[in-house]
Amino acid sequence: MKYLSEYRDGRIARGLADSIKQVATRRWVLMEVCGGQTHTIVKQGIDELLAGAVEMIHGPGCPVCVTPLEQIDRGLAIASRPEVIFTSFGDMLRVPGSEMDLFQVRSRGGDVRVVYSPLDALELARRNPDKEVVFFAVGFETTAPANAMAVWRARELGIENFSVLVSHVTVPPAMVALLESPDNRVQGFLAAGHVCTVMGWTEYEPLARKYEVPIVVTGFEPVDILEGILMAVKQLEEGRHEVENQYVRSVKRDGNRPAQEVVSKVFDVVDRQWRGLGNIPSSGLGLREEFAAYDAEQKFGVHTITAEESEECHAGEVLRGILKPNQCPAFGTKCIPENPLGAPMVSSEGACAAYYNYGRFRTPSESGA
Amino acid sequence: MGDSSIADGVNCPVPFSRYDRVQLGHGSGGKMSAALLKERFLPHFSNPALAKLTDAAIVEVAAGRLAVSTDTFVVRPLEFPGGNIGSLAVHGTLNDIAMMGARPRYLSAGFVLEEGLEFEVLDRIIAAMARAAEEAGVPIVAGDTKVVERGKADGVFINTTGIGELDRGFAPAPDLARAGDAVIVSGPIGRHGIAVMAVREGLEFEVEIESDAATLSPLVELLREQVGDAVHVLRDPTRGGVASALNEIAESAGVGVELVEDALPIPGPVRAVCEILGFDPLYVANEGILIAMVEGGSEQNAVAALRAHPLGEEATVVGRVVEAHPGLVAMRTGIGGTRVVDMLPGEQLPRIC
Repeated sequence: MKYLSEYRDGRIARGLADSIKQVATRRWVLMEVCGGQTHTIVKQGIDELLAGAVEMIHGPGCPVCVTPLEQIDRGLAIASRPEVIFTSFGDMLRVPGSEMDLFQVRSRGGDVRVVYSPLDALELARRNPDKEVVFFAVGFETTAPANAMAVWRARELGIENFSVLVSHVTVPPAMVALLESPDNRVQGFLAAGHVCTVMGWTEYEPLARKYEVPIVVTGFEPVDILEGILMAVKQLEEGRHEVENQYVRSVKRDGNRPAQEVVSKVFDVVDRQWRGLGNIPSSGLGLREEFAAYDAEQKFGVHTITAEESEECHAGEVLRGILKPNQCPAFGTKCIPENPLGAPMVSSEGACAAYYNYGRFRTPSESGA
Repeated sequence: MGDSSIADGVNCPVPFSRYDRVQLGHGSGGKMSAALLKERFLPHFSNPALAKLTDAAIVEVAAGRLAVSTDTFVVRPLEFPGGNIGSLAVHGTLNDIAMMGARPRYLSAGFVLEEGLEFEVLDRIIAAMARAAEEAGVPIVAGDTKVVERGKADGVFINTTGIGELDRGFAPAPDLARAGDAVIVSGPIGRHGIAVMAVREGLEFEVEIESDAATLSPLVELLREQVGDAVHVLRDPTRGGVASALNEIAESAGVGVELVEDALPIPGPVRAVCEILGFDPLYVANEGILIAMVEGGSEQNAVAALRAHPLGEEATVVGRVVEAHPGLVAMRTGIGGTRVVDMLPGEQLPRIC
């Protein structure tokens, strides 16, 4: 497939892995921010190819995983209402709330539907004027423009039976929180290519300078990731800390201006709770006052719902890179994809699920079995 | 005028029904039920055993062991590129029989019809079913229909049961996989699941992907003739795809399986749709390919035997059965890493980004 098979070429990938091992004079610790990259790394065994030269810590960039429990409970409460058609991207359906997940809500009569775009949800609202259609707007800067556009269009078209349950987060504040935490081990970042396609990389430049960490904007295929790692390792070896762009076929320094504009027209920067990381100041997006009519939290009065995370779930330490998923005491025993304690075991992009689904048998062989 | 046209003999063998959709009355057991049977089903399914319309069909079988399998089909949409629920209900059950090394002989079919189902659709389903059964040379000897109220079913549900005759000496089974066996797939992976998904989700692509639904008995016959006892396991990787089928075999035989990613025959369009939706083709359903595990050394013969039939043209070795990591399926990735190919906890879900 054009633009895909080239970036999965085994020969090129192994060549890059060899270069990384040659360039690295010591073992470097890098974090890939995005869950899609985590998925590729574990699925393709990239961490295995680089063992000894680079340790990859899997960052907080899975939107499903960082959506706080109470926000999921709010979604479940809304989805259970008889007048509601609750719409979501597919991988939110199995994320456990305090008591159940969206699949269970559906089995009890809730109208829960998977959509591929928030604009499909808006269309559902137009076609079902006697129903309240709610879209679960989660994600990073990548999904924010389309979600903003849906709200914008709803107002333009005068569609009043549409609202969004917003749990948007942004990457740079999370990187700052990680870098400022006393137990930080991360020496360089692979920034998420798709987030930067929208936002560009100017906001990462002050971070690289202030915290003296290389940041490489990186794509999602094995060759992309290995090339991104090589660029970061070269910077570390040479004592540089700059923002570089590996994902040149998609990302420009200024990003996608029209997308940024629609996001800032509809959303404001707000403080946000991250599952496993706690409250991070100015790390999220919320609807601006003028779009309050489209805020599902207010419309259905669910903002009072709160929830406590399971104490047995170490998602926070996994997301901060302190624990590898399979070092968590609950991994593979109490916590499995069929019965997850926390979100990183649910989403296909979550680090725990990736370890469980693709890596379970590597662990004993690594320990010499 | 009416009289004379009847006298002229309009060539309609059955009375013209005034209904264009299934009515609750068609499940009453009365005249409407009888008419449904005569007008819709019997013209397609005629065979001596069924034609008697007795309480049970009487059939002849060879002395020895029989393979029996039943399956219920609830696919949405009812019709998709490459088939419909009717042809699927025939192929699915016949293939389960064939995977035991048995020759399918008879089928039964039970229908749960939803009130309001258009006869036009039902007719196409029945016709496809009859065609699939005829191509496989297996008569549908017993049947049943029920009608439920609108909203209580999804158009039509079909259950089929198949009976097949087993040969002495040729009885592949999942727990017979042995270390050293070659793992062969008989054709391209993922077509059925993606064809159905594309229609269900209203996804349009430049290339239409057709379901691979087909009866696999001819491939099994070829393997029996050319490779015989060296065939240890046969399996049709339907729901859950190739990955789930291999996991079940690894589990039941207590062996490991090692796949080679680059060897998997995945058609470009299937790969593309999976990329868009975030699916893994290894977990997508197939209805017209089989997995064979054959004794090491016999794989070239087995592949050649399969390739002699149009359904097996793309047959290829995709991996090995190994002693290591019993119960687990591992895969050598395209870039030279390894990963586990586990069972899925539930259905595959499209990703956020």
